[in-house]
Amino acid sequence: MITIAEKQLSEIREHGVCDYPYECCGLLLGRFRAEGKFVSETYPISNAREESAKRNRFLITPEELMKGERYARHHDLEVVGFYHSHPDSPAAPSQYDLEHAWPMYSYIIVSTSADRAGDLFSWEQEPDRSRFNQEEIKCQ
Amino acid sequence: MPVTITIPAPLRQFAGGQSQITVEAKTAGEALDLLTSTHAALRRHLFNDQNVLRNFVNVYLNDEDIRHASGPATPVKDGDTIMIVPSIAGGAVAESEVGQTLPELSHEEILRYSRHLIMPEVGMQGQRKLKASSVLMIGTGGLGAPVGMYLAAAGVGRIGIVDFDVVEESNLQRQIIHGTKDLGRRKIESARDRLRDINPHIEIETHESRLTSHNAMQLFRNYDIIVDGTDNFPTRYLVNDACVLSRKPNVYGSIFRFEGQASVFWAEKGACYRCLYPEPPPPGLVPSCAEGGVLGVLPGIVGAIQANETIKIILGADDLLINRLLLFDAWPMKFREFKLRKDPKCPVCGENPTITKLIDYEEFCGVAPHQLPPPSKLEEITASELNARRLRGDKIQIIDVREPHEFEIARIPGTKLIPLGHVVTRMNEIDSEVETIVHCKGGVRSAKAIEALKRAGFQGRLINLKGGITAWSEDVDPRVAKY
Repeated sequence: MITIAEKQLSEIREHGVCDYPYECCGLLLGRFRAEGKFVSETYPISNAREESAKRNRFLITPEELMKGERYARHHDLEVVGFYHSHPDSPAAPSQYDLEHAWPMYSYIIVSTSADRAGDLFSWEQEPDRSRFNQEEIKCQ
Repeated sequence: MPVTITIPAPLRQFAGGQSQITVEAKTAGEALDLLTSTHAALRRHLFNDQNVLRNFVNVYLNDEDIRHASGPATPVKDGDTIMIVPSIAGGAVAESEVGQTLPELSHEEILRYSRHLIMPEVGMQGQRKLKASSVLMIGTGGLGAPVGMYLAAAGVGRIGIVDFDVVEESNLQRQIIHGTKDLGRRKIESARDRLRDINPHIEIETHESRLTSHNAMQLFRNYDIIVDGTDNFPTRYLVNDACVLSRKPNVYGSIFRFEGQASVFWAEKGACYRCLYPEPPPPGLVPSCAEGGVLGVLPGIVGAIQANETIKIILGADDLLINRLLLFDAWPMKFREFKLRKDPKCPVCGENPTITKLIDYEEFCGVAPHQLPPPSKLEEITASELNARRLRGDKIQIIDVREPHEFEIARIPGTKLIPLGHVVTRMNEIDSEVETIVHCKGGVRSAKAIEALKRAGFQGRLINLKGGITAWSEDVDPRVAKY
């Protein structure tokens, strides 16, 4: 389960619509606790990217992630997951997403179109890497 | 050397909840191996089934990515810190529903297709789609050769080939799927052997027949994509119409001399061949490659474009050659592109189609036998008869209406060269008092020359050499080269 405030969900949706038709992405900062993940802020990363960056499909480079981790540590937080948008596509992870993920993290995906954000779901990888399970979002 | 490995938060559950683990190692690779041998559950999240570090997993030694140093062999020293950092991927279209039914790849196949697999645009999923797909190639000639060879190499699971010809010497200048050892063999057999040699993991289905209105729908039914490698208008319209009626993409290519065209005609998504060319050209207006020639490498280029678009269709790529006609000219080396638009009045894919089943394409293109001018009008002579008359010493003149470069290749002795395009303007060079035999390579252009001369008012007797210089070479003098 991931607990997140309406404010952060709105930020994710807005970021997605703003970067349409490109994908947006960002980090979810918060804490891992026994009862799940708690998000206290979003850390937006992408802007509309070059075609070449779109092709290699890596939305967040390790350098950017390390920068985000440093920021998080400085604020006594952890990276608990990531969000990205699927322009004109369902808010479901692809096979490609599955092969490029780790368990425990939350992967929030928002479906976007030119003028609005559609479905928003959170996904968590099965520990044996076999599939993604939809994760309950508890909105504060 | 003792080095400290920082475990990222999500993976700590696989490392006994620890955030840092210290191991004794000489290289970064050794450190990771030690870590994952003590904590086996960690390994699958860092390494793939081939035991290679997953491509989104990055290992930093202090502040440097080991990929930029010596990879796993990067040496470590006392007190170094190793960090494991993922990069975050995303953006692929959800494919969960198709993913389940695709065939698996064997170890051999994974090795064979590794250059595909490491590209996200193909990947395992795309390669499995290629394996699950089927393509029917019409013809194994100049275009079919590279199409078949590249599709086989790419791992298209099932390839059907339609041809009825045998391999001839004059094919080998461009039809690289066949070799000298195949001369006289049936093309489908020669092509099948070559494709099997390229890739034994795929199925090849041979159909030894001419594609006709009777068998096309039946044949097309069993394939996902049709690739048109034909060299004549009746078959091209037949392929188009059968693709429209069976709702399948038609990957089109055509070649002549130095120029080629390519497009993807897919009525479900854009224009079809008839939207571009509603009517065929009058018979004889556009010469075939046999008459006009073709640069041997040209079908290699155009056929490779067809193979490329076929693979993209299978992978679900955007930016196909739909509604786009690609024109290529090998001599100045230029590509150009025209936008195509679906014609709402198209007789086969338009809003009110008049063609709802396959028709007689020979008749449609005006090449049916009964459409030719009655033979009585055109006086003809065979090569043997002509030879006999010459030996008898009959007073005759022979006019060769081929092009000068053809004259260079082979000629019938004692003939005068007046190319077809000049035959009317140079009419006064032909003695109308003497019987005139007109010839070309195969007898088509000479018949046209006779018609043109008669229309222009030439009064003398004109006789067409049946079968042209080719017949002369076959029946009279084999020293005259065939081309």
